[in-house]
Amino acid sequence: MSMDKPRSFQDIILRLQNYWASKGCAVLQPYDMEVGAGTFHPATTLRSLGSQPWAAAYVQPSRRPTDGRYGENPNRLQHYYQYQVLIKPSPPNLQELYLGSLEAIGIDMDLHDIRFVEDDWESPTLGAWGLGWEVWCDGMEVSQFTYFQQVGGHDCKPVSGELTYGLERLAMYVLGVDHVMDMPYNDPDTAIALKYGDVFRQTEAEYSRWNFDVADTAVLLKHFEEAEAECQAILDQPYEDPKTGKRIVMAHPAYDQCIKASHLFNLLDARGVISVTERQAYIGRVRALAKKCADAFVMTEAGGWTPEAAEQAS
Amino acid sequence: MPDLLIELFSEEIPARMQKRAGEDLKKIVTDGLVEAGLTYASAAAFTTPRRLALTIDGLTEESPNTREERKGPKVGAPEKAVEGFLRSTGLSMEQLEVRDDKKGQVYFAVIEKQGRPAADIVAEVLEGAIRNFPWPKSMRWGAGSLRWVRPLHSILCIMVREDGATVVPLDVDGIISGDTTRGHRFMGPDAFTVTSFEDYQTKLKRASVVLDPAERAETIWHDATNMAFAQGLEVVEDRGLLAEVAGLVEWPVVLMGNIDDQFLELPPEVLQTSMKEHQKFFSVRDPKSGKIVKFVTVANRETTDNGATILAGNQKVLAARLSDAKFFWENDIRAVAREGMQAMAAPLANVTFHNKLGSQAARIDRIAALARALAPAVAADADQAELAARVAKADLSSEMVYEFPELQGIMGRYYALRADLPPAVADACRDHYSPLGPSDDVPTDPVSVAVALADKLDTLTGFWAIDEKPTGSKDPYALRRAALGVVRLLLTNDVRLSLSQFIELQQVRLSVLNSSASDELAAQLLAEFASEIAQHGVFGTALRTIQDRLDSDIDEDMTGLGDKVETASADLLSFFHDRLKVFLRDEGVRHDVIDACLAMDGADDITLLVTRARALQAVLDTEDGANLIQGFKRANNILTQAETNDGVEYSFGPDIKFAETDEEKALFAALDTAEAAIKPAMQDEDFAAAMSAMATLRGPVDAFFEAVQVNADNDIVRRNRLNLLGRIRVICLQVADLTKIDG
Repeated sequence: MSMDKPRSFQDIILRLQNYWASKGCAVLQPYDMEVGAGTFHPATTLRSLGSQPWAAAYVQPSRRPTDGRYGENPNRLQHYYQYQVLIKPSPPNLQELYLGSLEAIGIDMDLHDIRFVEDDWESPTLGAWGLGWEVWCDGMEVSQFTYFQQVGGHDCKPVSGELTYGLERLAMYVLGVDHVMDMPYNDPDTAIALKYGDVFRQTEAEYSRWNFDVADTAVLLKHFEEAEAECQAILDQPYEDPKTGKRIVMAHPAYDQCIKASHLFNLLDARGVISVTERQAYIGRVRALAKKCADAFVMTEAGGWTPEAAEQAS
Repeated sequence: MPDLLIELFSEEIPARMQKRAGEDLKKIVTDGLVEAGLTYASAAAFTTPRRLALTIDGLTEESPNTREERKGPKVGAPEKAVEGFLRSTGLSMEQLEVRDDKKGQVYFAVIEKQGRPAADIVAEVLEGAIRNFPWPKSMRWGAGSLRWVRPLHSILCIMVREDGATVVPLDVDGIISGDTTRGHRFMGPDAFTVTSFEDYQTKLKRASVVLDPAERAETIWHDATNMAFAQGLEVVEDRGLLAEVAGLVEWPVVLMGNIDDQFLELPPEVLQTSMKEHQKFFSVRDPKSGKIVKFVTVANRETTDNGATILAGNQKVLAARLSDAKFFWENDIRAVAREGMQAMAAPLANVTFHNKLGSQAARIDRIAALARALAPAVAADADQAELAARVAKADLSSEMVYEFPELQGIMGRYYALRADLPPAVADACRDHYSPLGPSDDVPTDPVSVAVALADKLDTLTGFWAIDEKPTGSKDPYALRRAALGVVRLLLTNDVRLSLSQFIELQQVRLSVLNSSASDELAAQLLAEFASEIAQHGVFGTALRTIQDRLDSDIDEDMTGLGDKVETASADLLSFFHDRLKVFLRDEGVRHDVIDACLAMDGADDITLLVTRARALQAVLDTEDGANLIQGFKRANNILTQAETNDGVEYSFGPDIKFAETDEEKALFAALDTAEAAIKPAMQDEDFAAAMSAMATLRGPVDAFFEAVQVNADNDIVRRNRLNLLGRIRVICLQVADLTKIDG
């Protein structure tokens, strides 16, 4: 197949969007909160639960405060993009679909060595795990491919297939760029050609400084506790809304607080104020929230709850 | 007779699980077939990343008819008994026969089973195998409930006879068996039909799949070594990696690439580990310089550009990885050159070793003290031993070891050398973890030996003190390995020491350091305790002295410590003895031989104990030795009986003047001679000499029993003879407790 090569970071994103749209995915937008990975988007975490079919693809900006390098490291960023695909139930040809997406971004299958290398995925903060691979292209990990088995302590039935592409790394590879900041963001021949560094060098430096040295840990800690309490308070509400008289289980607002707590924990971690033993305790607290949100989601209609099923169960 | 071919085709199976899965498939299917009454000539399993295959030759066409008669309850027996019998035989009341038995009428069941066609049995067995396959981890996919290691796509199952192949029909959760499969994901993706195992293997190869993992491994190794040889280089052998890589590819293509010059100064272990762990590359070494200069990677396909793109990509990824490694290495050596190894170790104060045993830093303090105490026994310089123990784990907080934990110790050695520490100290950083496995090399440099012993003994005493001993198959802290390590360190280096003393000392040290006593007081306590133990050698007395003097200062944890320590110490010592038995069994020293030696003094001196046990086993392996045991036991039995009957102990010196026969006199003489030889030999701890002197008694003892009646009528003669037997006992028991020897 003759394949015109992508010329910029955004070209690769657009091609992925088009490809997965053509394969029937709903192309969603990024979630409007700080998250550590695309998996945290409720379109993945919550939608992988329950019996309703689902197919979604989206870009998710992700933040890992400890990976900040002031914009100087060729590969490491505290803010980066993941491309995420979630299809439930996982289709039998998911591997082929995935390989098609690599071709769509200009990777010529006849010249490269694509390999599926065992890599089981686990998220202790989400109480989630799955089996799958990291996908290697000529020895480089270009994606994570996972069949979700459990999320928030619930068995995934049916199983979702999840694909995660680290966009910067993949794009650098496809575009042949050695330093992320040198990567063309838009078309390099356009009048105002921008590189990745033009867009993000400034913010990487600012956030690195704030993450590592300035963020007020007492405030972060207070926010963490508030988010935890608010999450619980939301979930403690009765299912029936007293104002409308409708059954409204508030899984998503509660889950927002869980996401907040998780990110605050990451910030605290980057500030170096969490000891090895405390770490486990914090992760356990976030996981407890994630589990309760998952419990709530499967009680919603989007999560597969029906009055009939509820009646049968009781 | 038909042949059977099975292939289970799935998404990529983790490399580490493939070999075992092939073996399991073969075992489960052949066991199932045989259990159902079929027989076969031979079976072989093969695996690739995407398939498990099993070929069985010469299968019988059907299982034989069988007839089984089973006797049931008596006619008129309680209803429940009859019901149970019906259930167990699967028959109904009318099908039972009533027969006359000695005790009356009895129900008989005659169970006749028709033979079944092999295909039916194969289908049943294979379905069972798929549904209950023992994957270490399995998963569901899609909307189904079947579990497999990764999604299972197709089942090929055919019986091959002279007139062709037939599909064995099978439907496992919607996956319907057939006679087709696919080749390489990229180079031969189309489906094809298979008519026999030979046909399968040939067509797979045509579709770019090498079925046999051994053949893939051989190809990889052959091509890699050839490629290296052509450039005057050699591939660093790594069988584990070879097996893993052979499990990652169906069509291996070996490519050799360059390592950028800027990375060639990294320690070879770093290059090797980074390349192996992250990229599954083989290292290629220049035999002249010993340096790693290139790498070999194995691609899963051929390309029109002969792998140029693949190799370029791999080289790029490696450069990024090695940049990280180089960054860590440079940071670490800069830090160590500036501040020294002890500064590198400082952060370990914040690393918990175990919540009941304190931080890594606290543990290092204990190990350092113990290494110093052990130094004289292993002929190490005490200052160096202590220093080595203090820095040996510093690399655990280095950036490199954080990234590559398997480089612990190895990096420590490099850093210690950069910090200008003595070579013996640097070597101890690397070697103090050894020996890890039973065939691992044992350190022999005295400083390394001291730290290696101290490290393991501290671990063992610590976990014994908090009562977290291994149970059954659970040994999360690898304590058995640590104990065997101690045993091998002591034996290899011929170290003589009282293990109990050091165990007890270390346990007290742990308690005192964990107590609320101030650092100063703790140090004072421990110093006094050590000197007490050194003077008296007895733990209880030493501890009492300390406790008396500091009674009011010692907190609650310390009360009852004496008893606790003694119990734990005895228990840990017997744990060592158990490890020792397992270890010596392999060299042919029997359990009972060790038990016989354990009864003697100094059983906590492992080297002494083993010398004794080996000498005893050597003697027992001779005819004289084996027979002497019989003579000894006979003497001992007669004596014990007489002593019980007479209520006296026959240990009073016999007198030759009461000896009547030549054999009796000869035994007197022989005992004199043996005793004269044994006594000095025992003083020199020359057990071999003592035992061979003892073995010379065999002839005279046998002759004595042959000719002499011990229980003579004359009471004086009888008592003299019993006392003579008493001498045999005394002499023999000097070397080991021979009553414990079996047989």
